[in-house]
Amino acid sequence: MPTRGTRAEGPPTQHKAAELNMAGAVGKRNEVSDTVDMSKPLYTDSVDVPLPDIPYKEVLTDADKSLKQKEKGPWNQLSKEEKLALYRLKFLKTYPEMNQTTPEWKTVIGAAFFFLGFTGLIIWWQKVYVFPERPRTFEGDWQEKQLKRMLDMRINPIEGLSSKWDYEKGQWK
Amino acid sequence: MFRAAVRLSVSGVRSLTRAQPGCQGVLATRGYSHGKQETDEEFDARWVTYFNKPDIDEWELRKGMNTLVGYDLVPEPKILEAALRACRRLNDLASAIRILEVVKDKAGPHKDIYPYVIQELKPVLEELGVSTPEELGIDKV
Repeated sequence: MPTRGTRAEGPPTQHKAAELNMAGAVGKRNEVSDTVDMSKPLYTDSVDVPLPDIPYKEVLTDADKSLKQKEKGPWNQLSKEEKLALYRLKFLKTYPEMNQTTPEWKTVIGAAFFFLGFTGLIIWWQKVYVFPERPRTFEGDWQEKQLKRMLDMRINPIEGLSSKWDYEKGQWK
Repeated sequence: MFRAAVRLSVSGVRSLTRAQPGCQGVLATRGYSHGKQETDEEFDARWVTYFNKPDIDEWELRKGMNTLVGYDLVPEPKILEAALRACRRLNDLASAIRILEVVKDKAGPHKDIYPYVIQELKPVLEELGVSTPEELGIDKV
């Protein structure tokens, strides 16, 4: 949203501005971006709303105006180009144009992979400079001894670990 | 009644791929739990009357069309004819072409509905001088 000073309520009316001697406050304010007056009807292209609230072009050139006059007569007398011109005066996009696909998804997927890759690089750096040594409890022979100890202790003998071990044959069931 | 082919409802998918009208009636749009259901003919008649209003204004045309396309159906040619004539009374060719575009859009995957509607509307289109989107080349991007 553009910054509009610290006024709590809306912009002053012409009258009030004159009263307050704030000539510069009306009309052109210090706006950083283009604004749309959302209190007025807007033009939209939507497949759900074939006839928008306002025509696309409201300010007509003289050529447009004379074409609009011709529109009041029989439409059979209009050429294809004139009919197209009348369409484009009222509407910005045709239905096929509205429904057009864009290649935006490629950008999205590409950006997602890029940032995943960047994250991978960060983790790699962390592996080198941040992570502590791998605990020796992960090593193969420690894990074997740990498992043997668990089986000797009969961990989860009913449905879990030890129930899967055949104590007679000394192997997994 | 020839209505939109697919009604994604509990009553299942009924596909109307014939180009002929006069098929078995499809249930009315409204899902009231009580009271009389409006028949297809009543629905059509109501909308034809709406667009046939002699002094219909632009707002009413827009409101009518935008409401009509919100229903789960493709409007009958007779409703569309009334709407096109309303456009003529309002000297609005662009909206007439737009109406034809939205009919095609409403038909969705049922590619045979739009040609049928155009075929039914041909006399009206010729009488009023409304070109189809295809004739103007705006059916493609």
